[in-house]
Amino acid sequence: MHRRGVGAGAIAKKKLAEAKYKERGTVLAEDQLAQMSKQLDMFKTNLEEFASKHKQEIRKNPKFRVQFQDMCATIGVDPLASGKGFWSEMLGVGDFYYELGVQIIEVCLALKHRNGGLITLEELHQQVLKGRGKFTQEVSQDDLLRAIKKLKILGNGFGIIPVGGTYLIQSVPAELNMDHTVVLQLAEKKGYVTVNEIRSSLKWEMERAKQILEHLLKEGMAWLDTQAAGEPQYWLPALFTELYSQEITPEEANEAIP
Amino acid sequence: VKFDAGVLLLSTHRLIWRDQKNHECCIAIPLSQVVFIEEQAAGIGKSAKIVVHVHPASSNKEPGPFQSSKYSYIKLSFKEHGQIEFYRRFSEEITQRRWENMPTGQTIQVNKDPQAGRIRAVGIVGIERKLEEKRKETDKNISEAFEDLSKLMEKAKEMVELSKSIANKIKEKQGDITEDETIRFKSYLLSMGIANPVTRETHGSGTHYHMQLAKQLAGILQTPLEERGGIMSLTEVYCLVNRARGLELLSPEDLVNACKMLESLKLPLRLRIFDSGVMVIELQSHNEEEMVASALETVSEKGSLTADEFAKLVGMSVLLAKERQVITALLLLAEKMGHLCRDDSVEGLRFYPNLFLTQS
Repeated sequence: MHRRGVGAGAIAKKKLAEAKYKERGTVLAEDQLAQMSKQLDMFKTNLEEFASKHKQEIRKNPKFRVQFQDMCATIGVDPLASGKGFWSEMLGVGDFYYELGVQIIEVCLALKHRNGGLITLEELHQQVLKGRGKFTQEVSQDDLLRAIKKLKILGNGFGIIPVGGTYLIQSVPAELNMDHTVVLQLAEKKGYVTVNEIRSSLKWEMERAKQILEHLLKEGMAWLDTQAAGEPQYWLPALFTELYSQEITPEEANEAIP
Repeated sequence: VKFDAGVLLLSTHRLIWRDQKNHECCIAIPLSQVVFIEEQAAGIGKSAKIVVHVHPASSNKEPGPFQSSKYSYIKLSFKEHGQIEFYRRFSEEITQRRWENMPTGQTIQVNKDPQAGRIRAVGIVGIERKLEEKRKETDKNISEAFEDLSKLMEKAKEMVELSKSIANKIKEKQGDITEDETIRFKSYLLSMGIANPVTRETHGSGTHYHMQLAKQLAGILQTPLEERGGIMSLTEVYCLVNRARGLELLSPEDLVNACKMLESLKLPLRLRIFDSGVMVIELQSHNEEEMVASALETVSEKGSLTADEFAKLVGMSVLLAKERQVITALLLLAEKMGHLCRDDSVEGLRFYPNLFLTQS
């Protein structure tokens, strides 16, 4: 009886088949890479055409920018990943957001000593617009948020905290967990919060409330008013811009530029 | 769970999902049940998602698709658009908690027809109609730009699919693909802005572009680093480099990817990541022990020291003194090495000589 698959001859044959299979595998990947290269060139052309017609629309229209970004996100493409990417090079979206990133960092640095590294999106928006001057591109809050999401990658502690319908932007690597966030949200209504308010709204024990507030104090994100009627009040300077919306002073501006 | 193609609606009180094909099928969850939501970005083969963490169901929960589940969360998958905007609105509603203020009489009624056994959502039909009207209006106003954009995105999607298929090939081959092919592939991904799906890294996530960039950075940053005590945070570097460039700026990712290659290219700078996550660039000649020894001396002389004071005294650039977190990181390191100990009060972090060590 002739047994198949056994013996040195069969093993050698099997190895040869495997090698040929692998080789074909290599050829397949090479083919696909070549195909991708060609398609990439075609895509670049399409993008150039799109840019020649609509680059201005993207520059001038924040809503269109949002649609553009959303669609990219949906298909799994990040137009802001690299300054060397097609999107950045041809549509100019890269430079817009990367420069915005620099401006955001500078504003946050300049104001850090005032607010401990927490600032509302509104105030950040105002200050950035002031810094940019009248004749530059319009910048929306959505633009700021996207720029900030990219900045996080630099390991600088940038974070976005939702509070009362808007956002607080964190620009220092302070540890803020959910407890801190919830207290910030509670303080948003009046700009300050007290230990007892925390205890009654959130049903926390005294120790937990105090610990969270002390951390915020230490980080410079909260200031303590011991002379308030009733019990001490913990104020968040980030939230009382209505009272203190001052310009960035020249000294502060100097400190902001590395 | 077979809840595919549908429309997601957000009210002040509830999150509602309605099947696009079978309009009778409608499920909802009260917003009061939501603990926490988070985003999951889209990737290759994955749509953008929102993960909704919920409380355990109460005993008087109304009947729904499941009486109980082993999971404590729901995932909402956005196959078309809308994840970012929806997440923002969802966050708002959860923060505002308007359902606590509004009387229940105003909530949308969901009627059960006991005879037919179906669930009709009456209020929802009105909302649907309004959405439809709005959609038609928007359709009329769709600019050529948006149409062109949609067509462009279709083509981009094809590129994503192709890169997925190549990535799978690479994974299968497990080491049979040449370095050259890998580098080519990475540069294609870079051009398109597609995240690299092949996690096994041979030379970091870098491409030739990043290698060149790393070399450029080594040139540009030498002097600034020397002027700043040999160390700078990546945030500082980002601002410095981009301000100098003016045009064709670097993305944060470009910078990080280039810096990751510094050491392997044997350049005179390196990237360092502190425990806190803070990333810095330092000169290779930047000596850790010297800094720590210096910190120790100064602390002994002065009795105690804060991070800011240390920076100013040691002559580390005034600018770097503003990067408080970098100094703190160094002092924490000294503490870890046992030379210093800390007093962490509401007034800030202050370091003292570790007498336990030196006076035993």
